[in-house]
Amino acid sequence: MKLILKFWRKLTAPSKAAVGSVLAMGFLGGIIFWGAFNMGMEATNTEEFCSACHAPIVKELKETIHYSNRSGVRAICSDCHVPHKWTDKIVRKVQASNEIVAFLMGTISTQEKFEARRKHLAVREWQRMKENDSQECRNCHNFEYMDFSEQGPRSRKQHSTALASGEKTCVDCHKGIAHQLPDMSDVPGW
Amino acid sequence: MRKLLAALLTAGALFSVSVLATETAEIENVNNGGIASLRGITELDTTREADELKRVIKDRSPIDRDYVYQPPLVPHQTRHYEVSLNANKCLSCHSWKYAGEMGATKISVTHYQSREGQVLADVSASRYFCLQCHVTQVDATPLIENDFKRVDSLR
Repeated sequence: MKLILKFWRKLTAPSKAAVGSVLAMGFLGGIIFWGAFNMGMEATNTEEFCSACHAPIVKELKETIHYSNRSGVRAICSDCHVPHKWTDKIVRKVQASNEIVAFLMGTISTQEKFEARRKHLAVREWQRMKENDSQECRNCHNFEYMDFSEQGPRSRKQHSTALASGEKTCVDCHKGIAHQLPDMSDVPGW
Repeated sequence: MRKLLAALLTAGALFSVSVLATETAEIENVNNGGIASLRGITELDTTREADELKRVIKDRSPIDRDYVYQPPLVPHQTRHYEVSLNANKCLSCHSWKYAGEMGATKISVTHYQSREGQVLADVSASRYFCLQCHVTQVDATPLIENDFKRVDSLR
């Protein structure tokens, strides 16, 4: 008890150290904290980290064009599922703390459990992307930069009408581009 | 103890050497008699260089049929179009519900019948896997000469 009191007094009393060194310590502490924070953010954005729970879906990604293609550009989980803008990213990361509960409960710990939950997870992600106008697609696929003359007749028709007018967003048509689909029987357009 | 270990190790080494020896044994009688098949003259003990992969036609107008009752060919790419228990990507354009809106070819009415000819409300399960009959095309030259001619009505 005495020790705690002593420590508290030390914290509340003005420091005897020079202001410069206190500032320097704060500065250094800041750098270390910020670095560690960012490292944590990076570490939870890697394929290995996602695979810990979502292993089956990471396997599915590997067969798609977003993973393996002629030009060697690759989109990993976080490129599409974690917002790139800092504030949005923090919001999503905080939401993800809920997913730790799911991990501890083993909600999708087996292939069967995952299949049973595939629709739920997919619908939630489609909804998220619809709400932010498919922002994660647009981080790479910018509508302004699209050359319709290079597109096939089918894509040109859709992109120059429904997408251009804002009536539809990417994910309305491009579902399951990086994963297998859930039961689509009650999904509009299927 | 040490002697036993040494004996075991030598036995192991001898065994692996003998395994290696049998694996690298030469295959005899590799001569195929100089007969050229569709893939050229290749001896059995040589691995032929793979052909270039053909590219699927990206997107073009419908391809004319060569005979009556031919399943229409697919004039576009179908890479990663899922056709599974959960989803059928082909039907999101070619089903009767969407064909008009999407400007796609409607699937034939025969696909809405059971084997016994009974009319069904949706695509028959036996017709569900589109790519079993309708196939994508590549720009490939025929391997052998072909003098097939279309029937008069299609000429």
